[in-house]
Amino acid sequence: MDHLDELESQSIYLLREAFHAFKRPAMLWSMGKDSNVLVWLAKKAFCGHVPFPIVHIDTTYEFPEMLEFRAWAKEHYGFNLVVWINQEARARGIGYETTDPVTVTHELKTVALQQVLAEHKYDALITGIRRDEDATRAKERSFSPRTADFEWDYKDQPPEFWNHFTTEVGPGEHVRVQPLLDWTEIDIWRYLDREKVPLPGMYFSRQGKRYRSLGCWPISKPVESNAATIPDIIEELKVTRTSERAGRAQDHHERNAMQKLRAKGFM
Amino acid sequence: MSTLSRPVPASAPVKAAAPVSADAASAALGHLSFVVVGHVDHGKSTLIGRLLFDTHSVEEGKAERIQAACKAEGMEFEYAFLMDALLEEQAQNITMDTTRVPFRTARRTYTIIDAPGHKEFLKNMITGAASADAAVLLVDAQEGLREQTRRHGFLLSLLGLKQIVVAVNKMDLVNYDQAIFDRIRAELGEFLGRLGVTPTFFVPISAKLGHGIVQRSDLMPWYQGPALLEALEQFRATPPLVGAPLRLTVQDIYRFDARRIVAGLVEAGSVSVGDLIQFYPGDRKSHVKSIETWPVPAGAEPPQGPVGTGRSVAITLTDELFVERGQIGAPPSDAPTQARTFTARVFWLHAEPLKIGELVPLRLGAQEAEARVVGIQRTLDAVSLESSHGPVVEVKRHEVAEIRLHVRRAIAFDAGGRIPALGRFVLMRGRRIAGGGVVDSVLRDESTATTDRPISRAALLGHRGAVIWMTGFSGSGKSTLAQGLEKRLLQSGILAAVLDGDLLRTGLSKNLGFSEDDRRENLRRAVELSFHLADAGVVVIAALISPFRADRAMAAERARERGTPFAEVFVNAPLAECERRDPKQLYRRARAGQIPSFTGIDSPYEPPLAPDLELRTDRDPVEQSLDSLNALAIKLSRPLEQDDAASGANI
Repeated sequence: MDHLDELESQSIYLLREAFHAFKRPAMLWSMGKDSNVLVWLAKKAFCGHVPFPIVHIDTTYEFPEMLEFRAWAKEHYGFNLVVWINQEARARGIGYETTDPVTVTHELKTVALQQVLAEHKYDALITGIRRDEDATRAKERSFSPRTADFEWDYKDQPPEFWNHFTTEVGPGEHVRVQPLLDWTEIDIWRYLDREKVPLPGMYFSRQGKRYRSLGCWPISKPVESNAATIPDIIEELKVTRTSERAGRAQDHHERNAMQKLRAKGFM
Repeated sequence: MSTLSRPVPASAPVKAAAPVSADAASAALGHLSFVVVGHVDHGKSTLIGRLLFDTHSVEEGKAERIQAACKAEGMEFEYAFLMDALLEEQAQNITMDTTRVPFRTARRTYTIIDAPGHKEFLKNMITGAASADAAVLLVDAQEGLREQTRRHGFLLSLLGLKQIVVAVNKMDLVNYDQAIFDRIRAELGEFLGRLGVTPTFFVPISAKLGHGIVQRSDLMPWYQGPALLEALEQFRATPPLVGAPLRLTVQDIYRFDARRIVAGLVEAGSVSVGDLIQFYPGDRKSHVKSIETWPVPAGAEPPQGPVGTGRSVAITLTDELFVERGQIGAPPSDAPTQARTFTARVFWLHAEPLKIGELVPLRLGAQEAEARVVGIQRTLDAVSLESSHGPVVEVKRHEVAEIRLHVRRAIAFDAGGRIPALGRFVLMRGRRIAGGGVVDSVLRDESTATTDRPISRAALLGHRGAVIWMTGFSGSGKSTLAQGLEKRLLQSGILAAVLDGDLLRTGLSKNLGFSEDDRRENLRRAVELSFHLADAGVVVIAALISPFRADRAMAAERARERGTPFAEVFVNAPLAECERRDPKQLYRRARAGQIPSFTGIDSPYEPPLAPDLELRTDRDPVEQSLDSLNALAIKLSRPLEQDDAASGANI
């Protein structure tokens, strides 16, 4: 069994545990590469089915090409897609044109997530975060409880070992189930390559540029790259020493921005 | 240190500097995850920062940025800062929670699991270490062995980690002195040896200055062993269990479509189409009909297996069996143990101690069962390795103990480390994992679930019936204590019932008056009812004035005849105090001549000469009396004889 098989099996184990433990789980899907691995793993775990809704938090700043991919994937995978927009914040004029990126991210992603959770009463959110993306994510548990106020008590996280997890929540609380925590960026690419997982075209080089991480269009910057295939990307990653999320403006707006976003409930 | 330095000598090529192929790296040696443990401030974060830096795994500019920030704030740069991401860490200079950091060398990919050294955060260390293939145990050369050095060493042994390298750090502070290194090696080697752990390597290093990390240092020519990274390269990812029989943990049964799919994890062995599998606990078996996968490539042959250890799998069976979550699929020829009572070594992480008699949810694989702590053989001090002396009634936070557990229905497992994944369990407190343990051995006469022996009530309930006979004046507090005890016992899953005068007089003895004969008959009925209920498994709390020794002796005699656990409890408060309390106004009425032959007024009370327990309710708080009563009740109702001299596993 190679390392990818190991990661795949563990992620499937976690997905099945989550599906068993929670009454109303949902999977968050950003259409990005990690998200697509997550959906792929769900299809494997449940033998071709996705037995929970797939939630897309639509900031209204999605790349048009990504929206096309969304429509295509819903059809292709046959899952139940729930799209949620924080209409209230947009009506108040919150947007990149008027507001700083940390606030926009909070309003259009975190608050939107709170809204969709309250609306559908999800008790578990399956997310595609990885420990190697960010130092605060490195401290996460596979099953990570959140209070009704969306708070993450990172100072007193429940123990988690021997494949046993926190699988119960109190009223209004939910658990973030994070099956990809142990994967690295390279693992994701190698797996996408091995499994031939469909991806949005924006990850690949066009006119010498490609997106390494995809978010809202006003704050996602492409990197200089000629990597036009997954093997090209893997080769590129082997020598790169800049962080994956370097192109995401909201992470770097101020000191500890990511920490602040996450404490308030951001993924 | 004010500038960043590569390992000395600076001109020497750093091994990891060569362009690395991740594919080649992981293919060569396999991925290795290791935990770094040790006493607080012995240099864990510094070592990790150093490993990242020396293997060029640090994000570009990050070290330089932190260095600049340190300079601006007048702080000394530390490699630990590379690790410290959360705000609190930078404030307190300790690592708050388990962190996993990937890095790679020319030969393999690694994940470092950083476990905190602060005493409060043992749960994080266990969370981290439980999933590691190997461990680095750090010791400060200046300080030598400290409390957490020993505690963490102990837990590594309990978690079953075998690949351990001891890194003696801060050698720069002791002039790279071989004698100090040798002394620590001898002392720690002896301590770990008593736990059955033999570290593979002892390596002298200076994480801060980069000596002995990537390559041996010229400053310690007396050391001829591998550098730390070289030592780690000799470890293997947790080797698969060669030749182990199949153990398939059933996670769920899916019926999304026409298929009835058994989904689970292959914990040991492998599974192929055609294999005969029995599901334990239980006696049903069937053959594997298919292995279900997705996506299904057009025109491809359906997979036949084998699907090996560590893989998630989905199968269908040739027969329509009732299989349920938690069961273990295994070959009938090499089955797991099915049992209800066993000994285990546990570590406890919850602030509230694990108490004898307590009912705790247990999870082993996907099995869940209520387990009663029927005995605590001993606790073990993880630092001194001293056993507790005398009776132990609880396991406190961060203690390790050898206990006996009794589960309500049989569970399947493999004891004694044969198949590690099937011999480990966690104990829950509320929604949280509160402790973990390893099954050591099955207790006698409880070996299999499928025997023809009649099932005893004690086995069914997890405890025996008993009679606790509380005697004392009216108003002495019997009823209050009886109700309180009943509540406590019920809360811990013990079937209990109060039998008191009011209950008898309004029901069973309604036809009786208060003549001497009628009183004696009332008591006889109370005794009969108590023992009948006790034999049916109930812990009976009889709260009756029962003033005469002869009557109480009759109850004790009945207990001896029937072999029923029995205790006489003297609820003792001076008459004057009872009369002052007079909760039911009985003393007042007796004084007024309205109740004839009232105990204490115009009828005698014969206090017990040798009660099993005496409670001074005029002096001691109710909670204290309840604690004593509760301990007594748990002792009486224990299903197995306590045999403190019994030799269990060596811990």
